[in-house]
Amino acid sequence: MKADPKRVLTGAHYLDGDHACSEGALAAGCTFIAGYPITPSTEVVERISERIPTVGGIFIQMEDELASMAAVVGASWTGAKPLTVTSGPGFSLMMENIGLACMLETPCVIINVQRGGPSTGLPTLTGQADMMQVRWGSHGDYEIIALSPNSPQECFWYTIKAFNLAERYRVPAFVMTDECVGHMTEKVIIPEADEIELYTRRYTKLPPEEYLPFKPGPDLVPEMVRAGDGYKIHATGLTHDEKGYPVMNWEVQEKLVRRLVDKIRKNADDIIEFEEEATDDAEVVVLSYGISSRVAIPAIQKARKEGIKVGVLRLVVVWPFPEKKVLELSKKIKAFVVPEINYGQIVLEVERAARGNCNAVLVPHGGGWVHNPEDIYKAIKEAVR
Amino acid sequence: MIEIRISGFGGQGIIRCGLIIGKAASLYDGKSATLTQSFGPEARGSACSAQVVIDEERVLYPYITVPNILVAMSQEAYSKFSSNLKEGGTLLIDTDLVKLDQKKDKVKLYAIPATRIAEEMGNKIIANIVMLGFFTAVTKIISKDAARDSISGSVPERFVELNIKAFDRGYEYGENLLGENA
Amino acid sequence: MNETLTKELKLPEEKHPMENILRMDRIPHIWCSTCGIGIAVTSFAIALEKAKIPLDQVCVVSGIGCSGRVAGYVKLDSFHSTHGRAIPFATGLKLGNPKLKTIVFSGDGDLFGIGGNHFIHSARRNMDMLVLCINNFIYAMTGGQCAATTPLTANTSTSPYGNYEYPFNLPHLADSCGAVYVARWTALHVRRLANSITEALNKRGFSFIEIICPCSTIYARRNRLGSGLDIMKFYHDNSVIKHGANTKDLDIGYQSKIIVGKFVDRERPTFLDCLNDWNRKKFGDKFREYGGPDD
Repeated sequence: MKADPKRVLTGAHYLDGDHACSEGALAAGCTFIAGYPITPSTEVVERISERIPTVGGIFIQMEDELASMAAVVGASWTGAKPLTVTSGPGFSLMMENIGLACMLETPCVIINVQRGGPSTGLPTLTGQADMMQVRWGSHGDYEIIALSPNSPQECFWYTIKAFNLAERYRVPAFVMTDECVGHMTEKVIIPEADEIELYTRRYTKLPPEEYLPFKPGPDLVPEMVRAGDGYKIHATGLTHDEKGYPVMNWEVQEKLVRRLVDKIRKNADDIIEFEEEATDDAEVVVLSYGISSRVAIPAIQKARKEGIKVGVLRLVVVWPFPEKKVLELSKKIKAFVVPEINYGQIVLEVERAARGNCNAVLVPHGGGWVHNPEDIYKAIKEAVR
Repeated sequence: MIEIRISGFGGQGIIRCGLIIGKAASLYDGKSATLTQSFGPEARGSACSAQVVIDEERVLYPYITVPNILVAMSQEAYSKFSSNLKEGGTLLIDTDLVKLDQKKDKVKLYAIPATRIAEEMGNKIIANIVMLGFFTAVTKIISKDAARDSISGSVPERFVELNIKAFDRGYEYGENLLGENA
Repeated sequence: MNETLTKELKLPEEKHPMENILRMDRIPHIWCSTCGIGIAVTSFAIALEKAKIPLDQVCVVSGIGCSGRVAGYVKLDSFHSTHGRAIPFATGLKLGNPKLKTIVFSGDGDLFGIGGNHFIHSARRNMDMLVLCINNFIYAMTGGQCAATTPLTANTSTSPYGNYEYPFNLPHLADSCGAVYVARWTALHVRRLANSITEALNKRGFSFIEIICPCSTIYARRNRLGSGLDIMKFYHDNSVIKHGANTKDLDIGYQSKIIVGKFVDRERPTFLDCLNDWNRKKFGDKFREYGGPDD
């Protein structure tokens, strides 16, 4: 399905990352947005609240992030494509109902404009330290999808992609941007609506008496129905069978949780996206995501000028993690250099996937600013020694 | 690559000024321009600054490091940021709002009573646009047409005319100044 | 055997009178015998039939707790959400598809302990939904801890020497926050409760009905209040019907009189009324009113 021209602000714009996310969401057909003000994410809902009356849809400012996330799950069950937006402290509050969204297999998109933490941390300054929280911050076992843009232009496209993935796999999809990208203003080209491909949620064609709401298809994803369609379904956060009824035993738990995890893991090759460059003869590969992937480029350029063979693996989708690719590269390089604005999160995954074949060198940053490219350059030099 | 810092206090339209410059460069002059901003938790009165990096190629590192150009519209902003200005760089100030240090800065200095001009025009809120016109004339980093187009797309329609007028006043002031210096 | 006799003895068709509303494949339910929740569900089922609302359009959302299990037993689109979040979940349903009739069926701990903030804000917004609150004065599912509704001096597992925290007066809270319909009944008042729910189902806006229910297994046992039947007798002897009573006067003390009735019935534009009216005013023809996913 193509995007609705009435929802797409075709043209060249000078937008910050937050506003580009708003335009991405509207273009993606998002019709329900619940949010609570929090720096540095608020601009996303501010723009949406300005645009939504003439675009079509509902924006509601909820009483807190617990409520925003709960409302998002509820709205999704009516067929709306729902969105909420937040940053660190709000993200923590959302964890409860992110778990519900995973358990009820509810398509939804959450944008986290990361800031420095822990706790209130640095409300107006950047961070990338929620990368592990996004993966497993709610209790229990589950898998999600997370993308990480490094420019306002990417904020636009990745928000659309997040909606498509959420709808496709019936899972919360996260746009893990950050304060730097969110508050950075650059040129954003919004194409014609017919250049934007949208995934249409799969609804069952079975009659109510034959339909089982949590019976998966071959891709492990069940077909959905909407509240009000006459199917009288039951959906519960309790462990449930294919009918959606609670069953308190390990056999049903095993079947359900395994599928929740497998529907992402087994489809990972279709979900994963990365940008790979000059890895063929690389001695060292800079593996990064979000703003750090951009700040790393000057460092890479400098190292190359000195004759160091530096490859690039830039994660577009961070979760699920491209472990096959990392393993493959690990066999032929000396080290991965991993700059991230935290004290070691994705680098742990790199280390795990590399299985000791090569080093994984973290270039950490506590948050509040992006890396000085010089620090990444030094790490590259050190890594090839 | 050119790094620009526009600074003043909250409420002066500093960020807007940076936005118009960045937009002019990237949408109308065909360059790449990244705008970032910094501000304190106060909504008004604190030092506030907008940073624009303009390049022919894609801007990679989004922040300025050692700016080539500093626009200072308050004493606090001048004190805070002037020492960071590149040697031989350009300093633009509002004559009435910034008193220069005794020490000779190794910079090219251009001064305009932007706020006074704006007040004469009936609204000091457009001082930032007067400064923008001055900036455009003096630095030539963005073209006059691009700046005017950018203003038209960045302020509410009913204020476009006033803002263009303010821009032209500042621009004219800059051209005259350059003429005198020439 | 005599043929006529067999005919006469033929038992009536074994059909539960609430089969339309209940998920019979999930019965028996988990509630204790003499628990009041089942009675409340019965009243709700009667009301649904009487209110003549198309059942396909009705959604029930529950939170967590004994009363949170209601969603699992009603044959309607039903959601068993997280603890305290039934109201915002229902808000999403209602705004996602304004044609739905959303009902939150949950307990006092869920709605007013962990979920209190959502309640007051939804009432303030006049979000179109009916909130049915089972009040059994205790966190029953977790074994009988002190709640925001536990009467002063009552014994609970976390107030083993008696409760010294003032409880909420729920109708007063709902009234102050702007609910358009506020009533309170006990599990004894099956017919009046059913009528009240019917009435509330036909209201637009935020409606609230508190249903005082016996928790014979925990609350009554800890406080030596006797059997479920004894509690029903207590309701019988101590409930005072006072329609239109000032909601300020509706505090419930330990084993005190319980004032029941309909206290508030007024009209206020709903959240969606306000949103749509305001935007029509502001944007005229440019306003794209959102009527649901099929619009």
